[in-house]
Amino acid sequence: MGGNKKKKPITDTTLLLTITIVVFFLMYIGAMVFQGGGFLKAQTFFNILNTNAALIITACGLSLVMITGSIDISVGGVVALVSMCCAVYLDYLGGNVFVSILIALGIGLAFGLVQGFLVAYLDIQPFIVTLAGMFFARGMTTIVHTNPFNVQNKAFVALKDTRVVVPGMGSINRIGKYVDAYVEIGVIVALLVVVLMFVMLRWTKLGRSFYAVGGNKQSALMLGINVKRTRFLAQLFSGVLAGLAGYVYFLHVGSGAPSHASGMEMNAIASSIIGGTLLTGGVGNIIGTLFGVLSLSTIQNIVASAGLDQAWWTGITIAAMLCLFLVVQSIVMARKKKAA
Amino acid sequence: MQTKETNKFNISNFASKLAGRQILIPIAALLLLAVFNLIADPSFYKISLDVNSAGDQVLSGYLITILDYGSELAILAIGMTLVTAASGGQDISVGATIAIAGSVILRVLCGSNSRPDELQAPIIVAFLVACVAGMLCGAFNGILVAGFKIQPMVATLILFTAGRSIAAWINNNELPVISDKGFTYFGGFIPGIPVPTPFFIALGCIIIMALVLKFTTLGLYVQSVGINENSSRLNGLNPAFIKFITFVILGICVAVAALIKVSRISSINYSVIAKDIEMDAILAVALGGNALGGGKFNMGASILGAYVIQFLATTLYKFNVKSDAISAYKAIVVIILVVISAPVVREKFKAFTVKMKTKKEVG
Repeated sequence: MGGNKKKKPITDTTLLLTITIVVFFLMYIGAMVFQGGGFLKAQTFFNILNTNAALIITACGLSLVMITGSIDISVGGVVALVSMCCAVYLDYLGGNVFVSILIALGIGLAFGLVQGFLVAYLDIQPFIVTLAGMFFARGMTTIVHTNPFNVQNKAFVALKDTRVVVPGMGSINRIGKYVDAYVEIGVIVALLVVVLMFVMLRWTKLGRSFYAVGGNKQSALMLGINVKRTRFLAQLFSGVLAGLAGYVYFLHVGSGAPSHASGMEMNAIASSIIGGTLLTGGVGNIIGTLFGVLSLSTIQNIVASAGLDQAWWTGITIAAMLCLFLVVQSIVMARKKKAA
Repeated sequence: MQTKETNKFNISNFASKLAGRQILIPIAALLLLAVFNLIADPSFYKISLDVNSAGDQVLSGYLITILDYGSELAILAIGMTLVTAASGGQDISVGATIAIAGSVILRVLCGSNSRPDELQAPIIVAFLVACVAGMLCGAFNGILVAGFKIQPMVATLILFTAGRSIAAWINNNELPVISDKGFTYFGGFIPGIPVPTPFFIALGCIIIMALVLKFTTLGLYVQSVGINENSSRLNGLNPAFIKFITFVILGICVAVAALIKVSRISSINYSVIAKDIEMDAILAVALGGNALGGGKFNMGASILGAYVIQFLATTLYKFNVKSDAISAYKAIVVIILVVISAPVVREKFKAFTVKMKTKKEVG
C-alpha cells in the first residue's frame, strides 16, 4: 500500500489487505462508540496485544506456509509442548531462563526440520504431516507432565512481570491515580517478528520466491527457484516461529498445561485468512495477518464486554466473520479471473 | 537353479502386485498390530460372555471394544472418503457437526424439559430431524466449497469454530439427560443380542454404501471429478453438484455417528463430544491409502483404516497409556505409514532393489 507511487491497478494482496484494515477500524471504532468504557482506554488495546502476542507470531508463520501453498496445523501443539517443557525444566530441574529460551527454539526447530523434510523432500501432503506433528506434540506434552502447574522460578517470574511502559498512553484509574499503559515483552517480540517477516517477504529474494512457489510451482521451477528448498524453509520458519510463540505464550501465562493453546492453530489460520492470505498460495501479507489477529481478538473482547455468554458467542461471531471474509475473497477472486 | 530363479521371480512378482494394491497399507498395519499383540499378550484376543450392568448377557473383550468404538469412525470414514475424493480436501467440521446433530436429537427427545421422565418424541423422529440438521450442515459446507470455490479445509473451518457453540445454543446451554432405557440401545446393547449395536449400525451403513457404489454411478462420478474437474465438466458432469452431494452424504454419516455418540452416555457434553474425531476420520482415509488430493478412492480401505486406528488406540489403552498420550504414538504410526507409502520413497526403494538385483547378476 504505502510508498507505492507508481500508478498501477490494485493487486489482489492490497485489495484484500485494505478490506481487512477497514473492517478492523470500523469494528474498533464501533466498539468505542457503542460500548465506550474500556474500549476508550489505550490499555484495552494493549491488553489485546498482550494476550495475543503468541497468536500473532504463529499467525505470521502460518501466513508464510500458506503463501507457499502449504499448511501447518502443528503450531498449537508445539506451543503447548514448548510451554510444558520450559515449565518442567525451570521448576523441576532448576533450569536457567536463557537455556529455556534455547529449549523453546530448539523444539520449534526440530518440528520445522522434520516436517519440512517430509513435506518438501518426500512430497507428502503437508496437512497429514503437520496433523501427525500436532498429535505428537499434544501427546508428548502429557507425557512430559500431566497436570497443569504454575512456574515459581524467580528469574522467570521477574522476566514474566517485566512491563514495557508505553509513554503518554496511560489513563486515570478509579481512585484518580495515573496508571501507565504497558505492554509485555512478548508484544515487542511479536511486533519485531511482524516487521522482520514483512521486510523479508517484501524485499528479499527468498521472500519473493515464497510467493513464486505458492503462485505456481512449475513456473517457479522454470524461473530457477529451488522449489523444494523454498518449501522446506517455509515449513522450517513456521516451526521455529511456533517455538518462539510457545515461549512468548509461556511468558504470558507462566504455567505449563496440556490444554494450553488448544485450537490456536485454527485461530492462526482464521487470522491469516481474515488478513487476506489465500490458502491456495501466492497471495498474502503479514500486515494483513496482524490485523487479522487484532480483528479476531477485538471481536472476542466485544463479545466478552457485552456480557453475552462468551462460550457460545465468540465461536459464532468468529465463524460468521470468517464466513463473510471467505465469501468476499471468493467473489473478489472470481471477478479478477473474469477481468483477466 | 532354473526353478529357483523362476520361483523367486514369482514371489517378487506377487509382492509387487500386492504392493500396488491400495488396501495393502491398512492390512499391513492391522497385521503388524495383531502380531504385536499376539506376542506381547495373547489374552488380548480373549472374548468372554459377561453380564453387563443392565443384566444382559453380552460379549466383552478387547476385540469387541474395537468393533464397538471403531463404529463411529468407520461411519465417518465413509463420508470423508467421498468428500476427499471429490473435492481434494477434507471436512474438519465433523466433530462440531456431531455436536450439533447430537444436540438436535436430545432437543427433540426432551422437548422443553431438560430432564424428562419420558421421551417427548419417538427416537426415529429425533434421528430424522438430526439427519436433516446434518445434511444442512453438509449443504452449508458444500455450497461454500462447490459454489464459492473455497478450499474445503478453510470452508469447514467456519462450522468447526461455530459448531459447538451452535450445539450449546440449541439446548439453551443445558445438559439434557435422558432416562429412557430404549435410547441406550443404539450405543450399547439390545437385550438378547450379545454384540454391540454400533457395530450393526456401522455394518448397515457400509452395506448401504456398497450397494450405492455398486448400482449407481456415484463412485465413478466422484472419482472423475476428483481426478480432473474440467474434463469431467466437458464430459457432461456437474462437478459442483457432485462435490455438494458428497458433503451432504457426509452430513448423513455425521447424524448416524451422533446418534451413537449421544446414546452411549444418554447425554451430551458440547465441548468434549467427538473431540478430534475429524482428525481421526481424515487419518482413516489417509491410512486407507487414498490420495488426500482427491481422485481415486477405495472405500473398503478407508473403513479398515478406521478400525486400525481404533485397534491401535485399544492396544495402547491396554498397555496403560494415558488417553491424552495416545496421540503421540498415533503420530509415530502415521508418519511411518505415510513415509512408506510416499511415491518418492517407493521409487527410491524400487531403484535400490533393482540396483541390488543387477549387482547380484553381475556377481
